[in-house]
Amino acid sequence: MANNTEGRRDFMGMALGGFTALGGIGALYAMKRSWDPLPSVKAAGFTTIDVSAAQANVLNVEKWRGKPIFVLKKTADMKADDRDVIVGKDRFHISIGLCTHLGCIPAYIADDKKFKCACHGGEFDTSGHQIFGPPPSPLEIPPFKVDGTKIVLGEAGPEYKKMLDAGLTV
Amino acid sequence: MKELKIFGVVAFFALLLYWGVEPFAHSQMHKHVEGHDFVYDGTADIEEAEAKVAVAKKTGVKVEKAEATVKAKKEFWASVAKISKLKGNAAAGEAGFAMCAGCHMDGAMNMGGVIPPSLEHAGALYDKNYLIALIKNPAMASNVDHKYADTMMHPMGSVSSMFPDDQQIADVVAFLKAKKAGEVTTKEAFTDACSRCHAMRYAKTTQLGDTPKFKHKKDELAHNIKVIEEQDKVKAYMGKLPPDLSMIIRARGHHFMETFVENPQSQLAGTSMPRTGLSHEGYEKVKAYMTEIGDPSKPAREELGPKVLLFFIIFTALAFLWKKAKWKDHH
Amino acid sequence: MAHFEKANSINEWMDQRLAVNTLKKVMQTEYWIPKNINFLWAMGMVLAATFGMLLISGIFLLMYYKPDTNLAFDSVNYTIMTEVGYGWLWRHIHGVGASLVFLIIYIHMFTGIYYGSYKKGRELIWLSGMGLFVAFSAEAFSGYMLPWGQMSYWAGMVITNLFSGGSLEAYGLVEWIRGDYVPADAFLTRFFMLHVLLIPLAIIGLIVLHFGTLRIPHVNNQDGEEFDYAEHAELYKSGNVRDAKVIPFSPVFLSKDVFVMGVYFILFFYLVFYKFEFAMDPVNFDPANGLKTPAHIYPEWYFLWSYEILRPFSKDIGLIAFAIAQVIFFALPFLDRSPNVAPASRRGLFKYWFWAMLIDVIVLTFMGKLPPTDALFANIGLVSALAFFALWIALPIITKSEKKL
Repeated sequence: MANNTEGRRDFMGMALGGFTALGGIGALYAMKRSWDPLPSVKAAGFTTIDVSAAQANVLNVEKWRGKPIFVLKKTADMKADDRDVIVGKDRFHISIGLCTHLGCIPAYIADDKKFKCACHGGEFDTSGHQIFGPPPSPLEIPPFKVDGTKIVLGEAGPEYKKMLDAGLTV
Repeated sequence: MKELKIFGVVAFFALLLYWGVEPFAHSQMHKHVEGHDFVYDGTADIEEAEAKVAVAKKTGVKVEKAEATVKAKKEFWASVAKISKLKGNAAAGEAGFAMCAGCHMDGAMNMGGVIPPSLEHAGALYDKNYLIALIKNPAMASNVDHKYADTMMHPMGSVSSMFPDDQQIADVVAFLKAKKAGEVTTKEAFTDACSRCHAMRYAKTTQLGDTPKFKHKKDELAHNIKVIEEQDKVKAYMGKLPPDLSMIIRARGHHFMETFVENPQSQLAGTSMPRTGLSHEGYEKVKAYMTEIGDPSKPAREELGPKVLLFFIIFTALAFLWKKAKWKDHH
Repeated sequence: MAHFEKANSINEWMDQRLAVNTLKKVMQTEYWIPKNINFLWAMGMVLAATFGMLLISGIFLLMYYKPDTNLAFDSVNYTIMTEVGYGWLWRHIHGVGASLVFLIIYIHMFTGIYYGSYKKGRELIWLSGMGLFVAFSAEAFSGYMLPWGQMSYWAGMVITNLFSGGSLEAYGLVEWIRGDYVPADAFLTRFFMLHVLLIPLAIIGLIVLHFGTLRIPHVNNQDGEEFDYAEHAELYKSGNVRDAKVIPFSPVFLSKDVFVMGVYFILFFYLVFYKFEFAMDPVNFDPANGLKTPAHIYPEWYFLWSYEILRPFSKDIGLIAFAIAQVIFFALPFLDRSPNVAPASRRGLFKYWFWAMLIDVIVLTFMGKLPPTDALFANIGLVSALAFFALWIALPIITKSEKKL
């Protein structure tokens, strides 16, 4: 450039460039926000289940964030477990119904009181612990909160936090 | 400076273009309608009726009928003014209101084409003179008497027989103003004044109220059918289904909505939409709700706008200084 | 394999492989622009910036828009306007940008006409530019269909009806264009394809062509003066920036461009935030309803002048007039018979031709919006449409007898 003596820096240009970059950051922020999950999607991330009518040893499959959720009211002879969700006088097993091996949905065999996965033969007990086959870990417990006779999935209540801290959720 | 002159010429033609395409064209396409600031004393109604007489006289058709209508309206609104001067007794009006509650109750059914709206906030939302007029003669009060020929009666037409005495009307209205005039949210205002005829899908409401969340598809479909059945009844009563109001505040603009809600006939002559009788405050609440649903980015726009403009003003100033630096000695 | 030495810097490494230093000289620091220009010469860059705004805002709209007649309206007016973070901002930018791009296109076009920048070597610049105008028009029309409001539907109905060719009654052709008897799902999705893929690609190609056609003839200047670019480039490079009649594109011309863009963006964002009704007509906030025609149907403002040429005449003559009006501007370099490259103010009768044409298209624009039922407006429209053709017929005549400057 013939109008600058060599070596003199283009301060105005740098100031302009820097200021423009600020605007660019603002624009990028707006773009990032446009990519965020929509409020209606986030609201759908909470599911409330009413367990007052649940029958013992009858599996209820609910839906939460697109995933199947096992809700099983335990009978008196089923072993109590620290992973149980206690609602009133009843104990429930609540877990994400996806086999921890490769993600298939295990079936519940009420007569044998266990979950059996058709894909590779994995088995879980009524507290979700893996008892046979390839699954490496128990069925995952989703964040939950007990609200009277209702359970809100997606919200981390105190009971869930206790399980989480004790390493019992996965 | 020559460039400033050139800029002036360009700006002139651009602004001329804008003027012709926007304000000028709109003034030619939509004649300006003056509102009456939510005062219900029959001025607008009588003006309209007298205009109809002028038209009838030109064509020579139904002149007597048109003149009779003017006379009837003048008498009607005069009687409303008379009742308005009476001192209403709210305690006495409570007994009268019990008769209204027979139809205007929670969980009311469709009656004669529409579900009677809730009166829970009627004292806060509606104008006193209008309420008096509505009890005396609902079709005249809501300016849809042209719809009701001698054979067809307004669904609320029998009400005036329940209140044969002017003092009773004054008492009931006093009761509404005293006991049914609590705090009203914008949503309640819209629901009471508009929702019985107008759905608002962006607010997830229909003529049957808020649309609940359904776990099972079957329940959802059953609800949809109930909504369609209710809409069919409203459609039959009105002649066509009143439009969904989700975007109405942007589709019609503020001036239109204000004059239209105050007196639908002023913007859409011959329409079967009744006047709602909203007072000025009542309308502001309804407008706020329509804006919440139809133009919810308005606050964000107003907040961000000045910041972005300031950014570009500073940008332009810096750019000018850069330009000056680069062009030094060039001229 | 060409021989490569070890590079001593990143710049040298890139230059060995991509000739970046040569590119920089050719495209920026030694791309010579005449000094004798005004801010109107920045309109090209302003258009490129606006196209960029439309592209970026369009990308974010595209993430959420649903091209389905049942979903389109709500995907725009509910999802994008109320749910998507800053969705309303992209929509407003896109709508206002679509209108402003035409304002700047018209300013850019009439600048070219005024200064004679369409002849003596610059014909292809003009023709590629007119090609861009046609491409942008198609892009705007296809885009307007997408929100599927009342105006989208009825403008689609009316404009595709034109292809029936008046007395030719080519209704089969109209149905083929629509993919259905009326504007419906097939119509919407094909215009979505055009708007999002095909026409933007064409626009980008035409922009590249437009830049290419500029390079050899060089940009015009305020006096239409021809001078030796090589001589003045040397003068500039030797340090005599005052007497040199050229400036390098970067950073000198660019610095003025950026300033003009700053002023433009103040206007642009003022409209985006405060005054957007002209670009987002209220009628289109009513969902499309094939059984109810709006009281007033009109195209967007930038199409009004040619819409008005269609209206005053009987069906077939109107269609022919309309078709001619679309392409007549292409013929400008060939209808102007004078060799003078100079501002219109120095070109005798052409001066009056220019202002008459400008005022005529403005009047046509006004009339195009108004209902033709008013006798006064209909007559003004007819006179203006006839004047439009009279001006084009007069052009070769008045320019042939123009005194050589």
